[in-house]
Amino acid sequence: MTARDCREYLAENRLPTIWCPGCGNGLVLKAIAGAFADLGLDRRKTAAVSGIGCWGWADDYLAVNAFHGTHGRALAFATGIKLANPELTVVVLMGDGDGATIGGNHLIHAARRNVDLTAVVVNNYNYGMTGGQYSGTTPRGSITSTSPLGHVEDSFDLCALTAAAGAPFVARGSVCGGENLRVLIRRGLEHRGFSFVEAASVCPTHFSRRNGLRTPAEAFSWLRDHSVPRERAAGMTEEELRGKQVLGVFADHQSEDYGTRYRKAAAALRREEEPS
Amino acid sequence: MTGLAQVFTSGNEAIAEGAVAAGASFYAGYPITPSSEIAETAARRLPETGGMYVQMEDELSSMAAIVGASVSGARAFTATSGPGFSLMQENLGMAVMGEIPCVVVNVQRSGPSTGMATKPAQGDVMQARWGTHGDHGIITLAPSSVQDCYDFTIRAFSLADRFRTPVILLADAAVAKLKENVRFRSPTPEERAPRPLPNCPPEAYRPFAVDPEEKVITPLPPFGSDYIFRVTGSMHDETGGQGASPANADRVIRHLAGKIEKNRDAIVRVRRFFLDDADLAVIAFGCSARSARAAVREARRQGIPAGLLELTTLWPFPDDDVRDVLSRVRGAVVPELNLGQAAGEVRRLNDFGIPVRGISRVDGTLIPPGDILSALREARS
Repeated sequence: MTARDCREYLAENRLPTIWCPGCGNGLVLKAIAGAFADLGLDRRKTAAVSGIGCWGWADDYLAVNAFHGTHGRALAFATGIKLANPELTVVVLMGDGDGATIGGNHLIHAARRNVDLTAVVVNNYNYGMTGGQYSGTTPRGSITSTSPLGHVEDSFDLCALTAAAGAPFVARGSVCGGENLRVLIRRGLEHRGFSFVEAASVCPTHFSRRNGLRTPAEAFSWLRDHSVPRERAAGMTEEELRGKQVLGVFADHQSEDYGTRYRKAAAALRREEEPS
Repeated sequence: MTGLAQVFTSGNEAIAEGAVAAGASFYAGYPITPSSEIAETAARRLPETGGMYVQMEDELSSMAAIVGASVSGARAFTATSGPGFSLMQENLGMAVMGEIPCVVVNVQRSGPSTGMATKPAQGDVMQARWGTHGDHGIITLAPSSVQDCYDFTIRAFSLADRFRTPVILLADAAVAKLKENVRFRSPTPEERAPRPLPNCPPEAYRPFAVDPEEKVITPLPPFGSDYIFRVTGSMHDETGGQGASPANADRVIRHLAGKIEKNRDAIVRVRRFFLDDADLAVIAFGCSARSARAAVREARRQGIPAGLLELTTLWPFPDDDVRDVLSRVRGAVVPELNLGQAAGEVRRLNDFGIPVRGISRVDGTLIPPGDILSALREARS
């Protein structure tokens, strides 16, 4: 595979995007198109599966096969798409409400089942499309349209969750991290088996504005200043890490994926049944 | 296990064997009584034929996985019962809106909710039709024997591909658990025909192009072919792009209903027993059609000129056949294991003012032929 121009993977006739000014989604979209280009993926053999929410629109702007499914179920559609055609590279685009809240059960089982998919979850810590309600990743104490008193629940650490569930590749990048996100997504795509890449992002319209960050620039600065590389986090106390995003790779090991294991077992069965 | 040999087996196993014979290569499901033997048979048989079985975390994801596999070109199916069928409604709607072929088997059991897991019922007739939200057309077939379970499953795949639609095989616990002799015939080449590819260049392909007459259904190539395309559960234009204008939304919804309605001739099938000279008709489907057949035979023996119209297609409802029968008889009896879901449809078609009486049973037991016979006798007096 030879590297290509990332614009080959963008449906430029559909741009500009519908996303608000200052949204982080465009940076993640660029990182995905860049990772596709780095790997020189055949557009015909690539599928983007999306859920519902702001980030669920991302497949509209990618010039590959696209499946825009129902809220929370993108991983389940992708499971069928990949298992029925193992030649495809399948990237699954979900938000935190979509992929980790209504779709939380699918997420942990996809990590455990280990189908060869790359999930890219854009985490903006709230339901942006429906007006900024709290999700499963909204930090405790945050103000959202449905937690006006300050959110009383604790949030999921999606990387810890998917790593614990068995995903062989787990990483967190940030929309403030420049090319790093593209590299992490590329590594996820290259990794055989279930890969999980969280993109820590911002929602200036609904989330950060309600939490004292008046402009997109302030939201991005806050995210940058509250991000800690994993290596540095190792030397910090729990108290020092409170409210921070730890960025880096949290799981990176080889584990044969479902399709490969199943097909091997089925082939062995058919050999046994052949008359000798 | 194909050819002409007779096999003694259950409806559930015959459904799975029918799927394998039809070339199904993907099953995703979640175990549930009384359909689990379909999953078990699929898990055993699919790897033998190069197919794949995957057990998902619930019925939401099972339905999603078969829709995904179908977009990759597989003939894909799942099987469930009431509680699971309720969960599948969400992504059944995705299959409807995305026009993605697949087969969903619902082995009906007594509901609502958990109900009585092992007891037969026919209470999901309307759920099969309207369970997923919004206007749409749907195809539903109802087997009344183990042979039907096999044959109708093959037909379900064929119809699903032809009309780019989910097809529901609406079985019931009685028929699915029943064991009978069945012939595992080889499907016809037409029944196993691969989906057609578009005959236009890739850049000209529009996955949601519509023939206003609904004679031509746009082919759905598999992901991974030269045709790069987008499918979506959102309102879409012919390219699969966003299309929420009033004119486009109206066109799409009318197409989703119209492609089924305008092809009734190719979809709707019924069976007629002793109807030629009948002046009383029983109209039934599934396990209740078995009771009805025995009742009609006994009625004839007793000199009562009764006949049976068996609805092997439930949706689209066989309006013309039912209306034709109602126009010829003095009364009709509709036995079913629910509180009158099919009887209501029959009454909708009763332009002739004849008495239509329902026999409803919702206690988890089958309708004895004697109950239908009594109703026929009463209808005659």
